Amino acid sequence: MSLQVENLTVYYQTLRGDVRALESATFTVADGEIMGLAGESGCGKTTLGHSLIRLTPPMRFVEGSVTLDNEELPVWDMGRMNDFRFKKISIIPQYAMNAMNPTRKIGKMTSELLESRKVSFKTTLPELKRRLDLVKLSHDVLNMYPIELSGGMKQRMVMVLSALLDPSLLIADEITSALDVSSQKAVAEMLVEFRDREFVKSVIVITHDISILYQIADSIMIMYAGQLAEKAFTEVIIHAPRHPYTKLLISSLPKVGVKYSEKRLTGIPGNPPLLLDPPIGCRFRDRCPLAFDKCVEVPPFIEIEKDHFVACWKVFEENAQA
Amino acid sequence: MTKPKKKSEMLYFALRNNKLRVGLTIILFFLVLTFVGPMLTHYDPYDYVNPNGAQPPSSEYWFGTTMFGQDVFTQFVHGLKASFLVGIVGGGLGTLLGMLVGFIAGYRGGMVDEVLNTLTNIVLVIPTLAVLLIIVAYLEVRGVFIESVFIGCTAWPWAARAIRAQTFSLRSRDFVDLARLSGMKPWKILFTEIAPNMMSYLLLVFILQFGGAILIAATLDFIGLGPTNAVSLGLMMNNAVLWGALLLGVWWWFVPPGVAITAIVGALYVTNVGLDEVFNPKLREM
Amino acid sequence: MRRYFGRKLLIYVLTFFLAVTIDWLIPRFMPGNPVQTMLSRAQLRAEAYETIYNYYTGLFGLDLPIWQQYLNFWKALFQGDLGTSILVFPTPVIKVIMKAVPYDVFLLLPAILLSWFAGNHFGAFAARSKWLDNTVLPLGYILTATPYMWLGIVLAWALGIVAGIFPISGAYSYALRPRLSWVFIGSLLKHWFLPFASLFLVKFGGWAIGMRNMIIYELEADYSHYLEALGAPRKLVRKYAFRNAILPQITGLSLDLGVIVAGALATEIVFSYPGIGYLILGAVQNKDYFLLQGCFLFIIIFVLLANFAIDIVYVLVDPRTRTGMLGEAA
Repeated sequence: MSLQVENLTVYYQTLRGDVRALESATFTVADGEIMGLAGESGCGKTTLGHSLIRLTPPMRFVEGSVTLDNEELPVWDMGRMNDFRFKKISIIPQYAMNAMNPTRKIGKMTSELLESRKVSFKTTLPELKRRLDLVKLSHDVLNMYPIELSGGMKQRMVMVLSALLDPSLLIADEITSALDVSSQKAVAEMLVEFRDREFVKSVIVITHDISILYQIADSIMIMYAGQLAEKAFTEVIIHAPRHPYTKLLISSLPKVGVKYSEKRLTGIPGNPPLLLDPPIGCRFRDRCPLAFDKCVEVPPFIEIEKDHFVACWKVFEENAQA
Repeated sequence: MTKPKKKSEMLYFALRNNKLRVGLTIILFFLVLTFVGPMLTHYDPYDYVNPNGAQPPSSEYWFGTTMFGQDVFTQFVHGLKASFLVGIVGGGLGTLLGMLVGFIAGYRGGMVDEVLNTLTNIVLVIPTLAVLLIIVAYLEVRGVFIESVFIGCTAWPWAARAIRAQTFSLRSRDFVDLARLSGMKPWKILFTEIAPNMMSYLLLVFILQFGGAILIAATLDFIGLGPTNAVSLGLMMNNAVLWGALLLGVWWWFVPPGVAITAIVGALYVTNVGLDEVFNPKLREM
Repeated sequence: MRRYFGRKLLIYVLTFFLAVTIDWLIPRFMPGNPVQTMLSRAQLRAEAYETIYNYYTGLFGLDLPIWQQYLNFWKALFQGDLGTSILVFPTPVIKVIMKAVPYDVFLLLPAILLSWFAGNHFGAFAARSKWLDNTVLPLGYILTATPYMWLGIVLAWALGIVAGIFPISGAYSYALRPRLSWVFIGSLLKHWFLPFASLFLVKFGGWAIGMRNMIIYELEADYSHYLEALGAPRKLVRKYAFRNAILPQITGLSLDLGVIVAGALATEIVFSYPGIGYLILGAVQNKDYFLLQGCFLFIIIFVLLANFAIDIVYVLVDPRTRTGMLGEAA
């Protein structure tokens, strides 16, 4: 198994108390798997992504364990994590547009970064150039300042940079959100290329755009209000979801060719709970049409069939009856 | 909407912010002293009260007396008044002029902005002291008010720059676009939409101008270009040095005024930082 | 880059123009005959009065049309003729000023540069630990809130009078004559130290605080977070943060020159240090307006030149100006 996460719980410290952003996340990502991590804003997906690589205040590690390639990832220890960063686990951040030092030529920054991590820039350079070719960036980019590049170019450069040392796990945080549709396609496809050419072993793609995930992800994990709701192969999530939230989410997506006059777009009524003082038990129960009294207990994230995990008492009930 | 909640939240943080409390306490202390002080002493600043000349602080003369036998404490509390006046008038004027230039430049942009920018840069580069020297040296009688006006007229570029930058960023916000679309006149937009959103920022700018004005006034007074008809802290220091207080060790003449200025201006700066933390949640410490 | 320098030069030329014009205008705004007003305050003997009055009336060309007077003023300026000082009559103003300039350079250059370097490094250093930050910050605020001349007075009194270590007036011991000898240089340095220290300390506080704030801002920037996420060592992150934080500090230096000049003036007065500041004091007290005008002009020129030098440095340091991609930060 590439990545194993057990009971990962991370809160945000604020002056008014802890915001319980991530509660007992347990899941695995296999070698070569591209797992999509989806959910609405504030569901905890970025928290999850960041806590794996840079758990820094105001984030606070509460409990849990993370294992990558059978080695423990000490995510709570900023110092010790440094050995793993860039080399075993890496991230394409949400702010990729601003991720590079504006007053340093890109090539210079790359070389300084590599050297500081005890990697020779000289020996890495040929591979770097090959990858630049792959993402269709000219080698001249290394001699330019970030401000001279377009948004899409910067995105691609950061992608190349983050994956340069062939990490086992690459976290891609909202890498398509700021791009136009055609750029989105190009970037998403590049991500798959990286995995196919084994530059990276597994990828976690964090996004709120499920349609992208449909194109590139092997599996999708849905989160809601800091809790894991469902995880399954992409086809299953899209065409046969079991969790009520996932079902509502998928059905609220517009479909190509369907006109509004024929079928109305429905959302999910209500709002996600504030995580400063979240409701006990399943956090979706206030909006869930299937909620019943058992839901005041937190449903565990269990495998109901092969490679299909759900956290919902109703689903367990249905399964038990089946 | 969430406005009332926001206000009380700010008050909550304001009352708990250490920097704010310390800063405001110090300023308040001196302010009270300015009003109460003259009542505590029954002399006038320039009265010759002690025939023995310079005397160290005692129970009769709290801050001692000057070379000429004048009560230092009396001079001190009257000087405080001058300093606060300069701060408010000079700082206020500087802020107002800065607002005028900054708002217009930031809102209009384009050519207007370029011209105003050049003007600001020119006034910035000219050493204000030199200009004031020339102008003030020619005037016979000067009061605290005139001094404040001069200071305000030369200190505004700082405020203008800061306000312009803020106006720029606010101008591109949706609610301003909406106001423009609805046909609101630019002046109205500035005063009813943009300015209220910058209130906290304007307050910070004013505080810095206040402190700066006090410092500039102290320097001017020290050189001898201050008010000719009033006592000021800078003037006290000027007199002290002029009449050899240094050589004769009459420290009580020059130490209090300097301590007061340092304390007030320092408190203003600290208050500024504290207020910034209250207004800007990101800066609050965990 | 050409656009950058073009803009700057335009501002400087305009400023110089404006400054000289103000210089020229002021006497003409005063009620009455400017020459008469000036001379009536200076105590001159009757014969001298007559001569100077005629001289200056002719010089001002008060009988000439206004525009010609203005042009004559500029002409005289470019010939280096700044008039004659009343205070040290009959020395030409320019000679008086040139004697004072070296002392100012000696005092100001080290004070400005050293306080800037030391203050910035110290401010960056202070941002490292909470403990350090909590001690440095209040100290910095106190220092920067201190009026220059008051610090000068206190230092003079404490270290000069009470402790007796340093002398408190003049540029060198009155018993010596200027010549290249260790004794003289030693005396020069001793007299230089306190005025230097008062300027240095106040500015040091200001830069330290400014830099500390800038560094914290840079350390919270996206690129810093990215580097940390990729495991870059603290050293690299700090190095980048410092390099970026120093840029506004360079601009800040040129904006600060006016304030520094004021501070230097006041400090020289405290220590009777024979720089331009001290000259100005004498000119004000004795109503020597020509000397005053000349000093003013010199200060303007110094500030403009210094600004220009800093602009050049900025271009060298901020690579974005060279690619012509800088916004309004410069």
